[in-house]
Amino acid sequence: MPLVKLSNIRKSFGPVEVLKGVDMTVDEGQVVAMIGRSGSGKSTLLRSINGLERIDDGVIEVDGECVDPSQIDLRALRLKVGMVFQQFNLFPHLSAGENVMLALKVVKKMGKPETRAAAEQALAKVGLGHKFDAYPSQLSGGQQQRVAIARSLAMAPKVLLCDEITSALDPELVNEVLSVVRKLAEEGMTLILVTHEMRFAREVCDQLVFMHGGRIIEQGAPAELFDRPSTPELAQFVGMVEAR
Amino acid sequence: MLEFSLWDILSNLLLAARWTVALSVIAFVAGGVAGLLVLFARVAPVPPLQGAAKLYIELFQGTPLLMQLFIAFFALPLAGIETSPWTSAAVALTLFTSAYLAEIWRGCVEAVPKGQWEASSSLAMNFGEQMRWVVLPQALRIAVPPTVGFSVQVVKGTAVTSIIGFAEVTKVGTAITNATFQPFLVYGLVGLIYFALCYPLSLSAKALERKLHAAR
Repeated sequence: MPLVKLSNIRKSFGPVEVLKGVDMTVDEGQVVAMIGRSGSGKSTLLRSINGLERIDDGVIEVDGECVDPSQIDLRALRLKVGMVFQQFNLFPHLSAGENVMLALKVVKKMGKPETRAAAEQALAKVGLGHKFDAYPSQLSGGQQQRVAIARSLAMAPKVLLCDEITSALDPELVNEVLSVVRKLAEEGMTLILVTHEMRFAREVCDQLVFMHGGRIIEQGAPAELFDRPSTPELAQFVGMVEAR
Repeated sequence: MLEFSLWDILSNLLLAARWTVALSVIAFVAGGVAGLLVLFARVAPVPPLQGAAKLYIELFQGTPLLMQLFIAFFALPLAGIETSPWTSAAVALTLFTSAYLAEIWRGCVEAVPKGQWEASSSLAMNFGEQMRWVVLPQALRIAVPPTVGFSVQVVKGTAVTSIIGFAEVTKVGTAITNATFQPFLVYGLVGLIYFALCYPLSLSAKALERKLHAAR
């Protein structure tokens, strides 16, 4: 049984239909990269998985938690789905440790010592155990993004969504974030990434999903898709990316 | 004819100023609490609540405080609710203050980046938790200067309550003028008392602004 199952997802922004009936499944432990041009709907699809975008039609299933567009309370779904953003979105008024602890305390109602221990463990995992008391403004972009990853991980999600998490970083900081993601992948975390890091996608992901015009038009093993694209759209996209 | 010394005039004005201060504090505290409730309704992801809060704000911002006072003082008794100048003044000023504060604070809440809402949503926090732990602490920093600034308006707004017979400093000033025939002196002193109340507030708003800017 797949961990994440998207069926016939449709979404319009006004007159523009950005998702035109997308079906997709992700198995437990799989690492899936969604690629495509900007405007292809990949970020919207990712954001619909945890309900940040309300879908107009279709069904989202995560670990047996079923969500359709009419549902108001998304808490159960969001407990199973973590998300990391392009702009980090750390809470600037809280230290790194407090950022990680907040939802554990408020949402999971964990006791103080457990919360603290879980936060320390999560920060250690991303290599920032020594930055527990640092505020976001005192951290580099790469460090902030690693705190954001730790903040999501501490909630023990079933699947982690990563929305272009290295796009806002200086080039020299990209690798420290990617190596954390790589480690998570190796440990068996289920990951769905929207990314422009093609080499990373090729090396780390099990499955590549190519979106074009609000649809998934190709999917499969990364090496295969990159080397033998079967649609002209993907061939052109790969050509453009590799020409960089 | 009775003679009034300067001290007679001033001491009576200062005694009346107590009521100006008391009314200001009540309006500000009760208006702050009510304003917070209106704020929550205004920004909650529930359209009917938002609409009701918006209507409330526009109603009290779009009509003169004087008229609100008249309604609270003259119209409520017609509806069978007993009022005194005190309660009428307190109720009208509280409603007026809550509407303005809710609108000021809404601006501050909306200044908090959308990403903060998204990050806290994806951590499974609900609206109340997001407001309490993520949004309000950040909005507060920007809210303090305009909030303190508005408190000056509240203090000056209490003067209007003299019209329904509430014996605050302006009303007592008028009464003393009628007895002493020294409007220049009396209203001059009344003005100085308002200034003495408001100027420190303005100063503290400026100081807070500087402090919060430096803390960033």
